[in-house]
Amino acid sequence: MAKSSKTAEKKVYKWELRLYIAGNTPKSVTALVNLKKYCEEHLKDEYKIEVIDLLKQPQLAAGDQILAVPTLVRKVPVPIRKIIGDLSNEEKVLVGLNIRPVKK
Amino acid sequence: MPLKVKQSITRLKQLPKTPTGIAGLDEITGGGLPNGRPSLVCGAAGSGKTLFSIEFIVRGAIEFGEPGVFMAFEEKAEELTTNVASLGFDLNKLQKDGLIKIDHVHIDRSEIEETGEYDLDGLFIRLGYAIDSIGAKRVVLDTIENLFSGLNNQAILRAELRRLFGWLKEKGVTAIITGERGQGTLTRQGLEEYVSDCVILLDHRVINQISTRLLRVVKYRGTVHGTNEYPFLIDEEGISVLPITSLTLDSDVSNQRVSSGIPALDKMLGGKGFFRGSSILVSGTAGTGKTSIAAYFAHATCMRKERCIYFAFEESPQQIMRNMRSIGVDLKADVDKGLLQMHASRPTLYGLEMHLVDIHKKIKRFKPKAVILDPITNLVTIGSVSEVKAMLIRLIDFLQVENITVLFTALSLNTIVNEQTDEGVSSLVDAWLLVRDIESNGERNRGMYIMKSRGMKHSNQVREFVITDAGLDLVDVYLGPEGVLTGSAREAQELNQVTGQLLRNHALTRKDLEIKRKRTVLEAKIASLQEEFESVQDELNKAYIEEDMRKEIMEKNRKQLTDSRHTKNAGNGKK
Repeated sequence: MAKSSKTAEKKVYKWELRLYIAGNTPKSVTALVNLKKYCEEHLKDEYKIEVIDLLKQPQLAAGDQILAVPTLVRKVPVPIRKIIGDLSNEEKVLVGLNIRPVKK
Repeated sequence: MPLKVKQSITRLKQLPKTPTGIAGLDEITGGGLPNGRPSLVCGAAGSGKTLFSIEFIVRGAIEFGEPGVFMAFEEKAEELTTNVASLGFDLNKLQKDGLIKIDHVHIDRSEIEETGEYDLDGLFIRLGYAIDSIGAKRVVLDTIENLFSGLNNQAILRAELRRLFGWLKEKGVTAIITGERGQGTLTRQGLEEYVSDCVILLDHRVINQISTRLLRVVKYRGTVHGTNEYPFLIDEEGISVLPITSLTLDSDVSNQRVSSGIPALDKMLGGKGFFRGSSILVSGTAGTGKTSIAAYFAHATCMRKERCIYFAFEESPQQIMRNMRSIGVDLKADVDKGLLQMHASRPTLYGLEMHLVDIHKKIKRFKPKAVILDPITNLVTIGSVSEVKAMLIRLIDFLQVENITVLFTALSLNTIVNEQTDEGVSSLVDAWLLVRDIESNGERNRGMYIMKSRGMKHSNQVREFVITDAGLDLVDVYLGPEGVLTGSAREAQELNQVTGQLLRNHALTRKDLEIKRKRTVLEAKIASLQEEFESVQDELNKAYIEEDMRKEIMEKNRKQLTDSRHTKNAGNGKK
């Protein structure tokens, strides 16, 4: 996969992840940090993280059926999986997202 | 001044309430659900919790102008819409008009993985957004216990629930939380810990194969409420709860009198009939004409252009109409004019309480001036005697408050007049007419007694009650030497009297004739005597005349003789 450059070409990511937070609470910050860490480690360059702040866009909560915050939604690949919590348990996150851990 | 302050706080603020719009519930709770606080509605599956809550929202939007949010955790929005369409609630239209908002929260356990700490802010945000988008004042969470099946971490969940209810209170919305009945607890997950301002329990009980829905206000902080179980029914208009009837006996009474339809009966009742708003019991053994009396009363009410409802528990309306036509009462015309409504249902159709609710509803809708229940004795098939009596007391109370005259017919089981008969109703009613069979001379005739009639002078005589093609009538009974005579004995007596009269007349005429004859005879006698007298007189006259004549002739003769003597002396006869 070619690295995405600032061109008109739209890159197709293998992993599309959406993190729903409700403002910058400690849990949300932790979750984001953890998420970035895992993605960098196991999904190098194949991922796209979108952060949605429900306080700013509350109507989006209904679309993805978000109850808990923070929630990580794996949109691509299907099926949709949701992980709730601050993502501090790495193994559970990887299992939940069905990421095969890159053996280091 | 301290005194002034004291006075201002003695007018304590009552708990503000939100009316639900559900018929009868607002009366039981004294105004509705507590305003701005969450209430718990719990019950077993199928007891009507979702319906209750959706009706709360819809009526709030339509009748009270308060928009509402319905968070459905179990049903999808489309399913909900179709399910309540049968009640006449168009959820789609209401959503379009911005009066209600239905949000479906889907929790799929397989989708969720819990890692680490989280809170349910997502739910709060969704709820908050929904509430703010339409300015909702009412919220329903149905049923929040689904969260427990979706999420594992009980500690977080319970903490968040506590927070949720506090948050709802802060938002100032009146919320209904529904919960499934638990074994021994009000809800399975113990929601009653958090929602404890008002708890309503819905129940669906089957007794003797009859199912009854019951509602009970288990707890209501800050209000005096009825604590009994109230029956309710769910029909095509939603939920109707049987309201508390005024158990204080202080309703207004009227002095107006209404006719019973039978003029002779009105005469027996002080000349004018029954009091309006009173209760009348017509009892008698089978076949004594109670339904006919009831039909006459109905017809009389309709003739006065007042509405009447006839509740039949034994015969169908068509049967009653046909039977009444044979005695000259046309009930069909009244039905067509819209003055008479006939409702028939077998008592075993539903429970006693449901009948009462059903009767209430029909009366409230039609607003009649008279109601007839024919017969009430069937109701013992669905309840014990004391239950039936309790139900009738409530009904009579309700009707008295509304100033509606009610007539019950009841079957007495034997021909002996019981003092306390007919399910003890005889002491409740204001007027009691008893139709009894009088058996004599090998036939049975009907006699009507007015056992009691409160507040008016009534006849204490037994009248014979006849049913003919021309209708009902009361006839005076004959008191013959053997006692009361009815039926053919009476007719025989009447005949007797008539023949007696004829005979007397005949006798008189005969005497008359005799006298006449005597008179003629005497007159003839007198005539003959008179003739005799005249003839005797004639004879006497004749004698006189003869005498006179003789005298005259003798005189003449003498004269002649004298004359002839004179003429002889003059000459010697030779000329």
